[in-house]
Amino acid sequence: MTVHSAFEPQRPDPAMGGIIKLACLAVGGQGGGVLTGWIEDLARANGYVCQATSVAGVAQRTGATVYYVEMCPDTGQQPIFSLMPAAGDVDIMITAEMMEAGRAIIRGFVTPDRTVLITSTHRALAVSEKMVPGDGIASSAEVMAAAEVAAKSFIAADFDAVAIKAGSVISATLFGALAASGALPFPRAAFEAAIRGGGKGVEPSLRAFAAGFDAALAGALPPQPAPEPKAMEVRGPDHLLRGWTDLVQRAARLPAPAVEMAERGLRKVVEFQDLAYGAEYLGRLEGVATRDRDPFTVTLEAAKYIANAMAYDDVIRVADIKTRGTRMGRIKAEMGLKPGQVMQLTEFLHPRAEEIAGMLPRRWGEKISASPAWMARLDRWFNHGRRMRTDGLRAYLMLYVLGGLKSRRRGTLRHAQEVAHLDRWLGDAMGHIDRDYALCAEVIRCRRLVKGYSDTHVRGLSKFDRVMEGIALVAGRDDAADWARRLRETALKDEEGKALEGALATVRSFL
Amino acid sequence: MAERSFKAEVEHLRKGAGDSFTGEGILALTKALLENGVGYVGGYQGAPISHLMDVLADAEELLGELGVRFEANANEAAAAAMLAASVHYPIRGAVTFKGSVGVNVASDALANLASSGVTGGALVIVGEDYGEGSSIMQERSHAFAMKSQFWLLDPRPNLPSIVKAVGDGFELSEASNTPVMLMVRIRSCHVTGRFATRDNRRPTLSVRDALSNPRSDFARVVLPPMSYLHEQDKVKNRWPAAEKFILDRGLNEQFGPKGSKVGVICQGGMYNGVVRALQRLGLADIHGETAVPIYCLNVTYPLVSSEFLAFAEGKEAVLVVEEGQPEFIEQQLSTYLYRAGSSVKLHGKGVFPMAGEYTGAVMLNAVEAFLKAAAPDMLPAAVRAPNADRPAIPDLTKTVPIRPPGFCTGCPERPIFAAMKLVEKDLGKHQISADIGCHLFASLPPFEIGGATMGYGLGPAANGAFDGGGERRPIAVIGDGGFWHNGLSSSITNMVFNKSDGVVMVVDNYYSAATGGQDVMSSRADNATKATKHPIAEAVKGVGVTWVRQIDRTYDVKKMRAVLTEALTTKEPGPKIIVASSECMLNKQRREKPLRAAAIKEGRRVEAPRFGIDEDVCTGDHACIRLSGCPSLSLKRLDDPLRDDPVASIDQSCVGCGNCGEVADAAVLCPSFYRADVVHNPTGVEAWWAGVRGRVIGWLQARRAAKRLEFAA
Repeated sequence: MTVHSAFEPQRPDPAMGGIIKLACLAVGGQGGGVLTGWIEDLARANGYVCQATSVAGVAQRTGATVYYVEMCPDTGQQPIFSLMPAAGDVDIMITAEMMEAGRAIIRGFVTPDRTVLITSTHRALAVSEKMVPGDGIASSAEVMAAAEVAAKSFIAADFDAVAIKAGSVISATLFGALAASGALPFPRAAFEAAIRGGGKGVEPSLRAFAAGFDAALAGALPPQPAPEPKAMEVRGPDHLLRGWTDLVQRAARLPAPAVEMAERGLRKVVEFQDLAYGAEYLGRLEGVATRDRDPFTVTLEAAKYIANAMAYDDVIRVADIKTRGTRMGRIKAEMGLKPGQVMQLTEFLHPRAEEIAGMLPRRWGEKISASPAWMARLDRWFNHGRRMRTDGLRAYLMLYVLGGLKSRRRGTLRHAQEVAHLDRWLGDAMGHIDRDYALCAEVIRCRRLVKGYSDTHVRGLSKFDRVMEGIALVAGRDDAADWARRLRETALKDEEGKALEGALATVRSFL
Repeated sequence: MAERSFKAEVEHLRKGAGDSFTGEGILALTKALLENGVGYVGGYQGAPISHLMDVLADAEELLGELGVRFEANANEAAAAAMLAASVHYPIRGAVTFKGSVGVNVASDALANLASSGVTGGALVIVGEDYGEGSSIMQERSHAFAMKSQFWLLDPRPNLPSIVKAVGDGFELSEASNTPVMLMVRIRSCHVTGRFATRDNRRPTLSVRDALSNPRSDFARVVLPPMSYLHEQDKVKNRWPAAEKFILDRGLNEQFGPKGSKVGVICQGGMYNGVVRALQRLGLADIHGETAVPIYCLNVTYPLVSSEFLAFAEGKEAVLVVEEGQPEFIEQQLSTYLYRAGSSVKLHGKGVFPMAGEYTGAVMLNAVEAFLKAAAPDMLPAAVRAPNADRPAIPDLTKTVPIRPPGFCTGCPERPIFAAMKLVEKDLGKHQISADIGCHLFASLPPFEIGGATMGYGLGPAANGAFDGGGERRPIAVIGDGGFWHNGLSSSITNMVFNKSDGVVMVVDNYYSAATGGQDVMSSRADNATKATKHPIAEAVKGVGVTWVRQIDRTYDVKKMRAVLTEALTTKEPGPKIIVASSECMLNKQRREKPLRAAAIKEGRRVEAPRFGIDEDVCTGDHACIRLSGCPSLSLKRLDDPLRDDPVASIDQSCVGCGNCGEVADAAVLCPSFYRADVVHNPTGVEAWWAGVRGRVIGWLQARRAAKRLEFAA
């Protein structure tokens, strides 16, 4: 709990005679109604008159909703309560999600002279945040910082996670936090009595209430220090382990800023293929490093994106991931499988002719890809949605065999395509290193645009190409790197690349 | 079965004299109807009065005991038409719907009713859906009262006042032979409080008894020359009778001192907001003892000139607090002042904004501005000269995303619009019109399907101009609620008659889902008092549609896509109608969850599906989310410096509806999704065979692991 000491707490308005005003902002389905009900019962059972209102309607369907409660000691005469929270006039603000806390601050419901802000720090992402092809998640840190300024006292914790752990829902943990805040003049036992009086799911609610109470007192956990980069745990036959150690030592000789990333990259490509492939990765990286200079940003970025480019998403990789032993264990834990229960597992795969042709040896694959008749035939044979029960032997074996085709991978058409793409991109980037260091790093980062499968992958490649064309146009200008970054970022804003088209049009306009 | 059950609360409706009731405004309204000897009730659901319909439905047993007839009307027009029973018979009747849209639909019947006049008290309870949380266009129901001349009550928003308004409304209606509209706003419908109960009263004449002694009188028929007489009767007799009743019974209230040079005139519904502003300015106390006189209009139409002028008498300035626009009351009061040759200055719109809700901040600023101009000496020093350095609170408006409503987790409508989006990728963008209901959320991201809505049941009719067809067919979407409300007649028969070439997608989720899951004609549920299970497909065939396709599982995206493509490309003339049926997930979960828990407890075999994502396979392009928007399908940042973008992730609220797998397949997205079905209480053979398979698979995994490097996660 953080308490704002910078401001004199405002004297209670004599005319208001101690009306306590409490608002709750929740996302539809979070149980804001239940929480409000408890607060009402709590107040009435403890000698207060109380009024609650809510705005339901369509907002219940996953939108943001407001609940509002006013209460004051019962003197026998009916007070006049307001039906809605007013900016600058809220004593207790409970928000059941981080951005809702932000919304409460925007609406003026959180002010340093009076408001106790209790918020859950977890995120229920809005559609607008989720649908961008890049990273559109809003910054919780900004809201936290604003809350520290705006609230008289501020309680924040992941009350959603606490509730789930206690086998209940967030309304109960927030009720616990409200009790812990001391903002209402009632003892803890009175809160618990209100839950008991509600009569539904009492035990889990009480558990969550207690957990929420404790979490509120503990306050927001300090930001977790980044875990120490522990030595990578690796198992395998001795000769492979020796080879791995050699590669790690070789990676350690790279420029210091890039070493950690290079180790991660090394692991990724070795996992993808084998030790020799790892050596190939380091070879490419060393090639970059020899031409690089302090601060070695280019090598660092290259360590990341060369690894991503080399560990491309092909059928073999997917099949391998889906058949690993660790995966089954992870899923069982996620689904909370208990002894005596059985889990069925269905995969949704939909290969197209392109993927099949990509798995063929290069020459053969090229011929088939060039023949519309053959591609149509492959589509007819393979292009169907497949639901594979990988807890069953048939489907598992099929994927297991596919995953075992690693030894043939280097000869496939897909591999040839990926290598060609990688070489062209890296060559382009390194072409800038002497003239425009920053641009070189930006071009390397553009590899981020290539992702996804099938159509999405094609769209990613096309965006990559368009951004590279745009960069070719601005290369040589002082602000080339800046433009490269801007083009890449706009390319990640929408699916079709409309924003990118706009940015490219701007580029063309000033040339 | 409605989303919220009021079975427990309904018991409180039996309370009698000497008792008190604590609860929501909606329940108080119901109780008041029973205490006032209502003979029949009806209405159509919609926020904020959906729960009033739910309460009535849950109270049918009690209603039956009292001899009260309850109808869940087909639409608001049908509800208003039902008030015809009060024209000839001295029976009190009440119907409810939302305003202004419900009043729009009902206006034909209301106008006829107002012309005929009533014998028994006729009450229309309107939930005015205005301001925050509203789901409709921002208009006022007030205009309907003015144009048809029925009276409008707007009681103070607390339970005793609302309850009293019901009784006053019936009596006013009977005293003036005019229907009365009782307006409650969103928050007053849901406001909680307490009031002293009275005994429930049986109607003096029940509708059943009325049928035994039918009455008729051609003087009440809206036909010339009687219709001319009705108009004269309204202004010469009914109106003065209403004014007299309002004055005699003191329906409007006055608070505060007599001798002030300023005063406030407010709608009843605005009273608490006004008092709060005065409290914050130090001019009123917690119980509403105010230094500024308030004339509170619990009847906002008709306005009583004499009462108003008496209040204004001797004042220098008054403030009219009237939410929404046009400012009918303010205009009327200005006219009264002008005609009386008064010099009282009238403030209203100007210090108040013309449009929008009167929130706490708006109210405080306006009242303060009014007093600063009209009576600055009344304001405390702190208000006159504000000081206080406020810390600058960082601007979050760019940070915090908007959160519009959307489809719930597992919603059966999601795959319909995913299929539509895929079809549009194949065939190009189409002209799409939508109706009213949950499906309208598809017009928002991520689907962005359809760009217009013209009203309930009017989605396909809104494509009328395109009925002639063209290169691409127009598509209209309509829900089952809209279909039965008005859609069959206004939309489907319109298409058939005009030989439309258009396509209609009827989204059939078994309920009037957006309003809270009430049953409709085509609901699959057994309902003791309503006839359900009338298939929509049969209805449209009955009015002459020949191309009809019924889809019984909307989650089959591939089939949905194929059928939609067929509808858009078939050579067959006439309207093409697809009925896409799957149960509203919210209601389905509510129904099935307890059953499933019980089955698991009893040791029966139960499969519980849930989806998951292989985060190593997901590349973070979020294409799946652009075809879903499901609350349970979210994003997760990985603790991996090699990865830039957050990957898709499914949380434990997933209900395993199947949309993710279907879409990944139909749109050829990616192989990241898997479905895990946890089998509770598997059979012996099943468990044994799973063990065998597990051991074989485990052996294969160990074999491969031994030959390569494996890294710990």
